[in-house]
Amino acid sequence: MATAVQTVERENYLNSNYGIKSWLLTTDHKRIAVLYLISITAMFWLGGFFAMMIRLELLTPAGDLVSSDTYNKLFTMHGIIMVFFFLIPSVPAVLGNFLVPLMVGAKDLAFPRVNLLSWYLYMAGAITALTAMVTGGVDTGWTFYTPFSTTYSNTHVIGAAIGIFIAGFSSILTGLNFIVTIHRMRAPGMTWRRLPLFCWSNYAAAVIMVLGTPVIAITLLLVALERAFNIGVFNPQLGGDPLLFQHLFWFYSHPAVYIMILPGMGVISEIVCCFSRKRAFGYEFIALASIAIAVLGFLVWAHHMFVAGISVYAALVFSLLSYLVAIPSAVKVFNWTATMYKGSISYNTPMLYAFGFIGLFTVGGLTGIFLSSLGLDVHVHDTYFVIAHFHYVMVGGMVMAYMAGLHFWWPKITGKMYPEAWAKLSALLVFVGFNTTFFPLFILGYMGSPRRYHAYPPEFQVLNVLSTAGASILAVGYVLPMIYFVWSLRYGADAGPNPWNAVGLEWMTSSPPPTHNFDETPVVTWEAYDYEHQPQEEITVGH
Amino acid sequence: MATSDIGDIQVAERALQHHFADMEQQRETSSFGMWMFLLTEIMFFSGLFCAYLVYRASYYHAFVEGSQKMNITLGATNTAVLICSSLTMALGVRAAQMGKPKLMAILLLITILFGFGFLGIKAVEYHEHWVNHEFPGPNFHFETGDPAHPATDAQHTEIYFSLYWAMTGLHALHMVIGIGLVAWLVIAGLMGAYTPHYYNPVENVGLYWHFVDLVWIYLFPMLYLISKKHGG
Amino acid sequence: MWKNFPLFPERASALAWQVDGLYFLLIAVSAFFTLLIFAAIFYFAVKYRRSVHPHAVQIEGSLPLELAWTLIPLGICMIFFAWGSLIYFQEARPPKDAMEVYVVAKQWMWKFEYENGQRDINQLHLPVGRDVKMIMSSQDTIHSFFVPAFRIKADVLPGRFTTTWFRPTKVGTYHLFCSQYCGTNHSAMIGEVIVMDPVAYQAWMSGGAGGSSGTLAANGQQLFQQLGCATCHRADTQGRGPNLVGLFSKPVLLDDGRTVMADENYIRESILNPGAKIVSGFKPIMPTFQGQVSEENLMALVAYVKSLAQTQPQGGANDVSSAPNTSNVQ
Repeated sequence: MATAVQTVERENYLNSNYGIKSWLLTTDHKRIAVLYLISITAMFWLGGFFAMMIRLELLTPAGDLVSSDTYNKLFTMHGIIMVFFFLIPSVPAVLGNFLVPLMVGAKDLAFPRVNLLSWYLYMAGAITALTAMVTGGVDTGWTFYTPFSTTYSNTHVIGAAIGIFIAGFSSILTGLNFIVTIHRMRAPGMTWRRLPLFCWSNYAAAVIMVLGTPVIAITLLLVALERAFNIGVFNPQLGGDPLLFQHLFWFYSHPAVYIMILPGMGVISEIVCCFSRKRAFGYEFIALASIAIAVLGFLVWAHHMFVAGISVYAALVFSLLSYLVAIPSAVKVFNWTATMYKGSISYNTPMLYAFGFIGLFTVGGLTGIFLSSLGLDVHVHDTYFVIAHFHYVMVGGMVMAYMAGLHFWWPKITGKMYPEAWAKLSALLVFVGFNTTFFPLFILGYMGSPRRYHAYPPEFQVLNVLSTAGASILAVGYVLPMIYFVWSLRYGADAGPNPWNAVGLEWMTSSPPPTHNFDETPVVTWEAYDYEHQPQEEITVGH
Repeated sequence: MATSDIGDIQVAERALQHHFADMEQQRETSSFGMWMFLLTEIMFFSGLFCAYLVYRASYYHAFVEGSQKMNITLGATNTAVLICSSLTMALGVRAAQMGKPKLMAILLLITILFGFGFLGIKAVEYHEHWVNHEFPGPNFHFETGDPAHPATDAQHTEIYFSLYWAMTGLHALHMVIGIGLVAWLVIAGLMGAYTPHYYNPVENVGLYWHFVDLVWIYLFPMLYLISKKHGG
Repeated sequence: MWKNFPLFPERASALAWQVDGLYFLLIAVSAFFTLLIFAAIFYFAVKYRRSVHPHAVQIEGSLPLELAWTLIPLGICMIFFAWGSLIYFQEARPPKDAMEVYVVAKQWMWKFEYENGQRDINQLHLPVGRDVKMIMSSQDTIHSFFVPAFRIKADVLPGRFTTTWFRPTKVGTYHLFCSQYCGTNHSAMIGEVIVMDPVAYQAWMSGGAGGSSGTLAANGQQLFQQLGCATCHRADTQGRGPNLVGLFSKPVLLDDGRTVMADENYIRESILNPGAKIVSGFKPIMPTFQGQVSEENLMALVAYVKSLAQTQPQGGANDVSSAPNTSNVQ
């Protein structure tokens, strides 16, 4: 057992003061991270509930469980909640918020009040969007394609658009805070080459948040204005161009998937190094790959529009660029794998999730190559193939990474260990459940099953039943951590400052960290992932 | 002199937030943050600029007709007003830097006046457009005035006006926020919040104000001027 | 293929083989890399587990390796890029002699109109072995024309024509899906593509299932007279508007110096938004017909203007009449 101080409980960010006000008015990045954790967990369950309803409806070919309008609202709300209110804030706003200042050796983010404001904006956006959903729902799909969203939908599009508009500013402010913090708040000796890869990838994601989010904000504002005043900007009957909406929408929403996945990649880099006891293989290449993804990610948006009526030559250019953005992702996968070579590997839960991430992200990434092949994309575009690809990257990749990171830093956040055996079981269930849910969708997609179909031809049923069965396993895999994480708050073993014997500044302070993070400003004299000089000891806690 | 210096430094120390090592770091950080924020703002407006350019290319004549309805005199006056306000803003920042809070307050108050002047003139223009049914929506009405292009579709002019209202409206909203921020600086400045050692808020609001002016410097020619004489 | 549990779509167009070939190659390459990564992870995880390998060997990285796994995937990707683009180019270029079907999509229905004027709803009858070009537009929101068995898909937009083409190679009935979400009954916006042998197709055609009243182009000609187009667009040089004989798929010189191709979308735009592109030497006097012609009538008009190109050499005065057009061409 770790040597926890038994007599007087050390002051930390959780017990420094109490009361609801001390949380709602806090400017401590760690408390704000916890606020985010609670809010996005709620959103995850809500979005997950809608997903489960969708899968239940798809058990039978006929649309018999819910009406088609209800079904359309279900997948729209699933998409909006999961994309804008779970995936985008998940790793940056929870883990990034908690860890970036700790990792660079700062007392807080550069703008603590702005950080709190961003949580309030997130909540305001979420409540606005949820109000729109509760009072009638939205049925446009999370993509809000015009002119359907502006003219033909009879649902609460304005409310949902305004909700996302507001939440967008939360994302912008978080990104801005990360960029400034990483530039200006690093501890003495924490050079760019010593920066943890988690910070590099959050930095890259933050660049996208700052540059991309305003464009979706203004686009959705135009959609809302068009609905309210019929201004005609996207309405072809008034001379507007619906394709302009798609360009503006994907200019953000494609890079947005990199906002989602890049921080997850950072989590995996940390975990693979820690449980292999090794410096990251090709540290510079992993770091630069993050930046390359962020930059190239801005240049590929029209690959969502190969069949939308864009010119052949535009399609050619965007196809080529889409292949290029695949390369840095591949570089990362190869480097993680190579990091394990001649390591000293232990199979703790975060590492199991990381294995899952690397495998599933590989599948997700490779199927992305299918979609960037012009001739093939024509066939699989807007089918379940795209659904499967997206979920392999987002759920198999991003959510796996989020779970990995949550297990890895749970001892740091709460000071308690989660139960290792249950956690390993949940990792296994998630992996099996996930593949059962989403692999059949690749096959369905190539057979031509279109997405967003409430009822489908009967020959597609067997694979749909398989997928729904997998979804129920996946659900159990997600419910378990929810239970044992809460359980561990009271009954978990004390973690001690560094249960994984990991390197990195966040492990050099107590768990949970004190309000000011470090008793004195750390001075960094060692290289990143300096596992060579970290004394080797067996991990004994947490059983 | 020496005592006031010490006083300044004490004010500065009070202004130093706990998570910064020193004033220098705090100053650099906040100004860096402001620049990042302005980058976001540029992207925010660029979505609209992009829509404007696309539609201007598609419906050139309709856009020319729309821009004929702009009051160039008022627009030019407003441009001058904003440039003057930027000057007083810059002088105000300089005054704060030199440790002259009263001078700063006066200069910033003039800036606010210019700001209100801009909004007032803009309101006159908006009113003109409103009574002429040049507001997009069910009441929109537009007579094509160019005999050379009778076929020009009023609908496409409506898109011009949609973009005009959206862009200038968003700009005006930024002006309102800017006026609020400058007013806050005046009050805080008179209460002695800023010294030569600590005036980053003044500097940052100044950056914001200049940015908002700069947006107008692009909006004015795009909406009022560049299509004006090319109707034929 | 199993009847009730198929794992692969039917292959019923000339292009389907190419798409499938690319697909199989991609599967092979993806499977190789996926297995490579899985195997490497598994092997390292077992071989270097802490109980047998307690001390990690620190390795900084390797430039040759980094270059290898940057450049090799890049090279492989370029092969896919080239192949995928070749297929896309073929899909984008319909053969000149393809039979044409006009499609109007609306919530939640597919309306087809054949060259002979016959109409179909949610059923598309085609002869096997002939190239078919679909000229499509939507009456309301965006839809997408998707026939999995042909491996083709194209969005159907309001306010403009989009086209796609294919050559059915196998007699049978195939799914037609709308693949762009379009509202409440999106999943009911489905239909059948019925590919028939030429004899059966002829029989169906002469059966007059749609109750046609003349060919599409003839209907267009009638409209052309009714709407008064013919008063200006005369078949000689005296008209106030450009002569339309021989116009289609020729370049047109505009008064601002640009040259555009007279394709379906150009004709459509000239009817609905005549001020957008003024032919050199003419005055912008044509009124807009936006809101006055339905999507179907618009297609008939376009079909008529296109038919004028095919009947170009009519002798006599018409030979001269085509002169102003060609003189506009630079």
